Amino acid sequence: MKKIKWLVPTIYIIFLMLPIYWLLNMSFKTTTEIINVYSLWPKDFTLENYVTIFTDSTWYMGYVNSITYTVFNTIISVSAALPAAYAFSRYKFLGDKHLFFWLLTNRMAPPAVFALPFFQFYSSVNLFDTHIAIALSHCLFNIPLAVWILEGFMSAVPKELDETAYVDGYSFGRFFFKIFIPTIAAGIGITMFFCFMFSWVELLLAKTLTATIAKPIAAIMTRTSSTSGYELGLLAAAGSLTIIPGAVVIYFVRNYIAKGFAMGRV
Amino acid sequence: MNKTFNQKAWYFVIPVFVLVAFNAAVPLMTVVNYSFQETFGSNVFAWEGTRWFKEILHSERFHASLGRQAIFTFIILLIQLPLGIFIALTMPKKGWGVPVCLILMSMPLLIPWNVVGAMWNIFALPDIGFLGNSLNSIGFDYNFTQQSGDAWFTTVLMDVWHWTSLVVLLSYAGLNSIQPAYYQAAEIDGASRWDIFRYIELPKMKKVLTLAILLRFMDSFMIYTEPFVLTGGGPGNATNFLSLDLVKMALGQFDLGPAAAMSLIYFLIVLLICWIFYSLMMKNEART
Repeated sequence: MKKIKWLVPTIYIIFLMLPIYWLLNMSFKTTTEIINVYSLWPKDFTLENYVTIFTDSTWYMGYVNSITYTVFNTIISVSAALPAAYAFSRYKFLGDKHLFFWLLTNRMAPPAVFALPFFQFYSSVNLFDTHIAIALSHCLFNIPLAVWILEGFMSAVPKELDETAYVDGYSFGRFFFKIFIPTIAAGIGITMFFCFMFSWVELLLAKTLTATIAKPIAAIMTRTSSTSGYELGLLAAAGSLTIIPGAVVIYFVRNYIAKGFAMGRV
Repeated sequence: MNKTFNQKAWYFVIPVFVLVAFNAAVPLMTVVNYSFQETFGSNVFAWEGTRWFKEILHSERFHASLGRQAIFTFIILLIQLPLGIFIALTMPKKGWGVPVCLILMSMPLLIPWNVVGAMWNIFALPDIGFLGNSLNSIGFDYNFTQQSGDAWFTTVLMDVWHWTSLVVLLSYAGLNSIQPAYYQAAEIDGASRWDIFRYIELPKMKKVLTLAILLRFMDSFMIYTEPFVLTGGGPGNATNFLSLDLVKMALGQFDLGPAAAMSLIYFLIVLLICWIFYSLMMKNEART
């Protein structure tokens, strides 16, 4: 039993890697080779697809756009959620439970429900096709999640920490930034990870709210593949490149994931 | 934790409140407005009362997509939860295997959803995809763009690929928080592997599993992008889930009134189920 235990995660990881490998495999082939020859590795190895993406600004600007609004969103969500989560974890106030559930309901709202009204709403306030519009619209589901996770982490910190600091003469501001935030650093890391993740992978709202200037890479992919027939090689290369930012983020938070989860609500 | 009563805490909540209300209240009111009116384009509206709601609630089309959605979510939860827990139990607890497992298993979670759809599309294509080609060469007649059974199989497999890791990560974190003393006590008592799982690990994972069920329920019930790219709801209407149907109605046919009514009904269903779940969870928390 002990000896074959490692088999399960190994098989699972192989299953996870297969489609990713297939995408990479395709991205190094020409479209003609993809359609005509079935092979487990590129026979006619080419970097042409990647060259196209890195030299054409409509392509690479897509990555810049996606990263821009994702970073904006992560900063807005976490900085707004920090004080709110503190309030929820430390104080009782009028309507706190209802407010908390109302926040969570927004995480439950199907984006498909909001697509059209969002389009009209952000057009009417002249924010259509800007990075900030997408960053703000993603707050709809990221802020509730951020508050939820941070509240869990903060509740795990004993209240005595606050009280000792006040006795020692710390003002609230100094206590919050100098003591409290470093204490829950792991929690903030996890929260940023989740905000980044859900903003990076979302497409429906990002696509609805943009036309040309702020168009995310994911939307550019759908457009290109439908107009110029199926440029499978290009599509695969663009898809492969969208995996990189996520992989970088995971690498940075790898130590927090297990530790952080165990500490907080999650 | 005993909390102090302090109304000033509202000041801390205001930024969040404003941001979310800005995003939620205005668009939601727009949907509510549409749901009671008929539009003739260019901002001409006529009051329709509850007509759209009645129409949607009695429409075959809505029943069919709701049914498909419910079956899909049920299958997803049934596969992903046990599988996720099982994988988490077999994962290494220390050493170099831990970061390797965590990083590789998180990968699918951070790939944009339409890339997931596109990736599975080329992976499953019967002629040039690895999955499709392998299945066909060992004798299955597999073609997910034409046979609805295959389309379902592919969509479910894609979702298992995409989201099981979330359950694994959450369960793994829950397992890690168990003190070694519990296992030592179990060993002294001569508990079997099943007893350890049933009476130590499962109760300790209750909190994270609730979260996993809640997140998986919400997200699989709202699934849109991946099946949209993979099958487009086809063949026919075989994988036409609620969100797909809704977007077709709202943006494809521009039937704003019925689409808005459907949105509200859809939202209320999700809300109701989550509310029941949330209340049960809070009740449990209050007891412990």
